[in-house]
Amino acid sequence: MKEFTPAPDSASIVSVTDRVKPVALGMAVTSVHFLRDRAAFVGGEENVKFVDAQGEITTVAVHGGGILSTASDGKRIVMGGDDGKVVSLDAKGEVTLLATDPKRRWIDAVALHADGAFAWSAGKVATVKSGKNEEKSLEVPSTVGGLAFAPKGLRLAIAHYNGATLWFPNMEGSAEFLPWAGSHHAVTFSPDNKFLVTAMHEPALHGWRLADNRHMRMTGYPGRVRSMSWSAGGKGLATSGADTVIIWPFASKDGPMGKEPAMLAPLQARVSVVACHPKNDILACGYSDGTVLMVRLEDGAEILVRRNGTPPAAAIAWNAKGTLLAFADENGDGGLLEL
Amino acid sequence: MSEATSQKIPVTVLTGYLGAGKTTLLNRILSENHGKKYAVIVNEFGEIGIDNDLIIGADEEVFEMNNGCICCTVRGDLVRIMDGLMKRKGKFDAIIVETTGLADPAPVAQTFFVDEDVQKNARLDAVVTVADAKWLSDRLKDAPEAKNQIAFADVIVLNKTDLVNKGELAEVEARIRGINPYAKLHRTERCSVALADVLDRGAFDLDRILDIEPDFLEAGDDHDHDHDHHHHHGHDHHHHDHGHGLKHYHDEDMQSLSLKTDKPLDPNVFMPWLQNLVQVEGGKILRSKGILAFHDDDDRYVFQGVHMMLEGNHQRKWKEGEPRESRLVFIGRELPEKAIREGFESCIVS
Repeated sequence: MKEFTPAPDSASIVSVTDRVKPVALGMAVTSVHFLRDRAAFVGGEENVKFVDAQGEITTVAVHGGGILSTASDGKRIVMGGDDGKVVSLDAKGEVTLLATDPKRRWIDAVALHADGAFAWSAGKVATVKSGKNEEKSLEVPSTVGGLAFAPKGLRLAIAHYNGATLWFPNMEGSAEFLPWAGSHHAVTFSPDNKFLVTAMHEPALHGWRLADNRHMRMTGYPGRVRSMSWSAGGKGLATSGADTVIIWPFASKDGPMGKEPAMLAPLQARVSVVACHPKNDILACGYSDGTVLMVRLEDGAEILVRRNGTPPAAAIAWNAKGTLLAFADENGDGGLLEL
Repeated sequence: MSEATSQKIPVTVLTGYLGAGKTTLLNRILSENHGKKYAVIVNEFGEIGIDNDLIIGADEEVFEMNNGCICCTVRGDLVRIMDGLMKRKGKFDAIIVETTGLADPAPVAQTFFVDEDVQKNARLDAVVTVADAKWLSDRLKDAPEAKNQIAFADVIVLNKTDLVNKGELAEVEARIRGINPYAKLHRTERCSVALADVLDRGAFDLDRILDIEPDFLEAGDDHDHDHDHHHHHGHDHHHHDHGHGLKHYHDEDMQSLSLKTDKPLDPNVFMPWLQNLVQVEGGKILRSKGILAFHDDDDRYVFQGVHMMLEGNHQRKWKEGEPRESRLVFIGRELPEKAIREGFESCIVS
């Protein structure tokens, strides 16, 4: 159903579309990460394409099939594929094989720790490898939907059916189950280590306050939440899934309990990806109609980065300094914006 | 699912009780020279393996939706696998989901009704059930899963017909028809069925919901049906009449119910009635479909459902001279026939 949408770059909105360097990747894109100051666009299968500040594209083969999961710390990207392999790609473009599932099962989820440890899952089993230590594995009751490392200590959150499991891989018997009915996919810790949030199969988030495991239900989305990003300092969690960016407040000790989320940048299209600026209270978001905006959290002021009328935005990311924004749509037409 | 169906990847669900011949059919589909590539979602690796195709292992993980309805279950593993497969769009033409012999097909079908992302990219094409001509009659007595699979089917491949005599074959067919008279039935040996009869059926396409007449009434069905085997095993078979003079088995707990009227229905009464019916009795109703003629409405309305989940739409204008008849079919367990008939009657504009 097409509805009339007023052109978003009419006089009412500031536009920087003319400052965007277009990037034609020629492949379906599922995520983008910055490795130093090169944007690394991850394809739906096989390849990652680096794009430098001049717009020059370098292709690196990383998997022999679909690329199912990615995580990055800015120094490297760890990826899991349907070829049963976990690989990493560094800023120089070097690919390292980190692990192979003995049964060649899909690597559904990966996570990367600030100190270099990484984790992956195949089926119901999550595995962690840290430094020179041997691999440690934990089987959860059902297939793993998502993985995330806690910001402090070596602790892994594993999302699955009917809840999430928290696990210290180096402590025997440390697995702690946080129940909540339903299927849990992506999972993330708040940067202050106080909250755990999962994106559920149904259009909702679920949260636990880790001090007392109190539940936080975050509902009201028309669609499944596929993209989550913590704002600078972890004050809010920006999410996709609605026709506005939904930002849940996490600044107080109660998190979003009993509070309304902020709803910014309403369009007649669904938000598909969000990325908060690493330093300032700004976020960038992409929509199902291809629109890309930058939004100021304080007052919701918008700047147009890309017009609508293209396939859904599929990937968006800032570099670590917050001086470069990269994005791409599902078909691989993207852009780089230098601020 | 009828919008832009052509771009969506068709998904065939392959069910059948243990040993009926699912793997034989799957291998037949994959090895035939059709020039197509399939992504096949299986429970166990090993028995099949065609280089050309993508074979994915699944765990049949079913979970309940948090909507308070116990029959709203979906296959979580399928949601995840479909997500992954969509990253490889263009690498395959169709998807086949093989379920275990003991699986209920409903969660698979419901995955395609409830998951927005799955629905965006794929469409459920048909539930194909492979049945063992020699053992099905026994399984229908002792295995509720086998009965579910027959009740749910759009296409039934009645296999191993070479292992039974004519009388036994008529018996097992009559038992199948007692549960599900609407599925297309094909008699086979070693699952030798034309691929066109099991693939690309459009059974869940609202635009092709026309196959609402019992299969054996249709022209082109060249089977000779023997409907004389009524009295068996001392069960209380109350032979019921579908209004077309044919009698057959009536399964004790699983049956189909068809309703028909040539008088217009009041949409303001019918819609709430249907919604309420599937809310209250959705656990019992496995499949439902209908073509409806509403009062003061020149468009045909079509709907279909799986348990509590319904989808429906205005389909097209009634054609000149086409009888404006409403027809509904429910297949289910212990259907409250009297209440359904009375409810339906109350929707007729008097």
